[in-house]
Amino acid sequence: MANTKPRIKAPKSAKQGEIITIKTLISHVMETGLRKDKKTGELIPRQIINKFTAKFDGAEVFSVNLDAAISANPYFQFTMKAEKSGEFEFIWQDDNGETYSKKSPLTVS
Amino acid sequence: MNFSAFNGRLATLYTTCAILISAGIVSLVSAPLFDHAKADDNLPADITTIKVKPSTADSPFKDLYSGWYFRAKETQNLQKDDFENPGFLWVEKGQELWSKVDGKAGKSCASCHQDAQKTMKGVGAQMPKWDEKAKRPLTLEQRINTCRQENMQADEWKWESDPMLSMTTFIRLQSRGMPVNIQSDGPMEAWVEKGKKLYYTRVGQLDLSCANCHENNYGKYIRADHLSQGHSNGFPTYRLKWQKLGSLHRRFKGCMTNIRATAYKRGSDEFVALEIYLAHRGKGLQVESPSVRN
Repeated sequence: MANTKPRIKAPKSAKQGEIITIKTLISHVMETGLRKDKKTGELIPRQIINKFTAKFDGAEVFSVNLDAAISANPYFQFTMKAEKSGEFEFIWQDDNGETYSKKSPLTVS
Repeated sequence: MNFSAFNGRLATLYTTCAILISAGIVSLVSAPLFDHAKADDNLPADITTIKVKPSTADSPFKDLYSGWYFRAKETQNLQKDDFENPGFLWVEKGQELWSKVDGKAGKSCASCHQDAQKTMKGVGAQMPKWDEKAKRPLTLEQRINTCRQENMQADEWKWESDPMLSMTTFIRLQSRGMPVNIQSDGPMEAWVEKGKKLYYTRVGQLDLSCANCHENNYGKYIRADHLSQGHSNGFPTYRLKWQKLGSLHRRFKGCMTNIRATAYKRGSDEFVALEIYLAHRGKGLQVESPSVRN
């Protein structure tokens, strides 16, 4: 699918010390740069998400460097111990220089 | 060094290995591939059962199992949560297209059908359906294209194109959890019979019919994959091998190519008849679209 759109599924609230699961998905072609255009025979330039970072209140909690072998629409899931209330920020970096981001608040009781 | 003690240990090791290996072989041979009693333990999103009694008199099965049942846990888990189900990327696209104006008439689907969640509820479960005007049954794809041409004056969508898959999936999703319930009497009877004939006809260099795999050998391995009973309730399906969503007719083509037969075309009368027959024999199974399969 052509449209790049980030999605998040993370709890809005958690108990202190609880292990929470965060799921993220971005729709992206993840063009490897190794394929050829069937008509012209020319290489299709690489365009992938090359880095994914999850921050909590500005501090990095999870990050991934992606390479060309990762399939389309990369999905990441990770767990974190909920210590305090704050805000998640998820950032995806595209080869074309664009970044996509999404935020999600967390209230810890 | 005490050689006898060393040899003794070695001998014990060999014996242990031999016992483990033979035990392994025994369990491979005797263990049933599927524990049918556990069928309802694990369910996809919005589905209450994946096992039903056949409702057709001539059914070859004691119980009908959705293809979900034959998949590995990892694949099943992808379908348990809509967030993880990659098919929902197409659902989103379908939702966008639903209200997007296209064609000379300046209409979108929503112009006539309003809210898909209400107007399309149950529609997908009844396709393919007899069309009085065309004097033939139409699949969901054909119905959409008829609407696009006649009412919207827009171009047809290709069978396996992203917009078509998005729209069929979006419409089928509105019937998720509802039992497959197509009309198979009246004018549809001849088509059911035609599909049945195709189902049991051996074709290709391997000389196989659909029944050879999906009736006689379901639950067993075909290469690294378990054979299902071949029901259509989960289509369009996100297939991991395809890395995208695919139509039922794509699956038909794949099967036919695998048995070294010349496949019919997507949307051909043969495939439409086969689709009708599959829906007919799978009546009662809940619609799972978009399902996830490997």
